[in-house]
Amino acid sequence: MTVTELVSYEAALAGYDPVMGLEVHVELGTKTKMFCGCSTELGAEPNSQTCPTCLGLPGSLPVVNAIGIESAIKIGLALNCEIAEWCRFARKNYFYPDMPKNFQTSQYDEPIAFNGHLDVQLEDGEIFRVEIERAHMEEDTGKSTHVGGATGRIHGASHSLLDYNRAGIPLIEIVTKPITGAGERAPEVAKAYVAELRELIKALGVSEARMEMGQMRCDVNLSLMPKGSTTFGTRSETKNVNSLRSVERAARFEIQRHAAVLESGGTIVQETRHFHEEDGSTTAGRIKDNAEDYRYFPEPDLVPVAPAREWVEELRTTLPELPRLRRNRLREEWGVSEHDMQSILNAGAVELIVATIGAGAPSDQARKWWMGELARNANESGRALDELPITPEQVARVAALVASGDLNDKLARQVIEGVLAGEGDPDTVVDKRGLKVVSDEGALGTAVDEAIAGNAGIADKIRGGKVAAVGALVGAVMKATRGQADAARVKELILEKLGVSEG
Amino acid sequence: MPGITREEVAHLARLARLELSGDELDHFAGQLDDIIGAVARVAEVAEQDVPPTSHPLPLTNVMRADEVRPSLTPEQALSGAPAQEQQRFKVPQILGED
Ligand SMILES: [Zn+2]
Repeated sequence: MTVTELVSYEAALAGYDPVMGLEVHVELGTKTKMFCGCSTELGAEPNSQTCPTCLGLPGSLPVVNAIGIESAIKIGLALNCEIAEWCRFARKNYFYPDMPKNFQTSQYDEPIAFNGHLDVQLEDGEIFRVEIERAHMEEDTGKSTHVGGATGRIHGASHSLLDYNRAGIPLIEIVTKPITGAGERAPEVAKAYVAELRELIKALGVSEARMEMGQMRCDVNLSLMPKGSTTFGTRSETKNVNSLRSVERAARFEIQRHAAVLESGGTIVQETRHFHEEDGSTTAGRIKDNAEDYRYFPEPDLVPVAPAREWVEELRTTLPELPRLRRNRLREEWGVSEHDMQSILNAGAVELIVATIGAGAPSDQARKWWMGELARNANESGRALDELPITPEQVARVAALVASGDLNDKLARQVIEGVLAGEGDPDTVVDKRGLKVVSDEGALGTAVDEAIAGNAGIADKIRGGKVAAVGALVGAVMKATRGQADAARVKELILEKLGVSEG
Repeated sequence: MPGITREEVAHLARLARLELSGDELDHFAGQLDDIIGAVARVAEVAEQDVPPTSHPLPLTNVMRADEVRPSLTPEQALSGAPAQEQQRFKVPQILGED
């Protein structure tokens, strides 16, 4: 293996303009496969969701899933595409054990949707338009397990085991036109595009589009052309880049690698490349087969799809508000900056915050908890925010308890910790752990008196005008009440007793 | 003009993962060339205004509802497999990737 010394990102961009093409596969959330009635439920026993059709047994006949077609049309419409009046499926022939039929049913030169665009918003608010070449229907492959090699890798494996439960699950492949003119922002555009597409797919309700579960996967095609040139260079295709961060890193790495190869007088080989999560690098895979090697031809077992214009228009009326526009509306309602909204989006917190507000919490409280305590917890436990065992309703309840003065922030954090630990809903945790703000002025007064008596030196400083020293006394009281007092009220009481007023 | 060369037959055999001897290549190349030549005669009678036909029936939009139907049991699914392991189809080492 040859190791290329990378060129710095800045140097690469000084000499070249990147051209990208992004291919995103989305697994639809249909109940059944694309061409047969087998269930698509995840987590089933191996080979328990197969039938003669998806196993490619002789004599079986595929019939297309109506929701699969409907979902494809919805995606096409949301991407501002034209919808084909008539199109066919095609056989993509290849011999590989992940497809028992020895071909993948796909679409070739007659995609169901074509010529669209998606506007994506970059972190500083700039809108970049990504042109869409096509969106077409196809089917997923089976899952291979390689045995005998190191950690399940194909290299050195003695044999492979195939589970065909996934074979035949509907996929929509969305292909961009070459993305030019993004310059140094190309990696950011790639990430923003995939993020926006994911939001769009989720808003359409056609897939959960969870990248970490392989429901959405991205191939990053990239080439460089010398600045000023309009002739595209040779591209590499980095396969299965499966997180937003990885999309950005893969594009960045390939820009640097291509520049290094070109600068040293070498030529780029058109090949597939594998992305490595650990260090963000890519390594060479196989040399790309020519398209004609797949010997596409129209699928004789499936009749053409000709979506009636009335149906297409009916589907158009069901499209939801575009996620980007909705986000901008929410951003204004919540009064947050572009940057903060971007962080909320990246954290996957938009819907959770909306639901928490829906459950009665003020928007600042909803944002504070999801983007603070809960985001931290999700991060530490390696989970997505919406996988945490706490509901928006429960977060809203915590916010209500803080607003009513029953909890302070510190106690509220403990309540959330309890809910996450499975101790019950917020009220149960409050009861079980005995978490209540000490609002009994008598008890609080005693604690304050004791703190003043125990810290005479500090008390004198405060009396002498060093009001800032009050923090130490507040701390002593909070410690004495095990954090269950309202710190603001404690401060008031101390200053009152010492006859000092703030400011 | 229509026809197929020995090299093309060898290429197709490779794509189809078929191991053909030199004699077999000669043999099949000749046969396939004859067949393609015979089929090509259709083009002589089809005028420009006759579109290529992929489906002889005037049908479109045959779809089924998205409703789960019973699958085979894993035992049934694997009953024709030459080899199996861990309730999965066992296949020889896969070459040429990674
Ligand atoms: Zn099936």
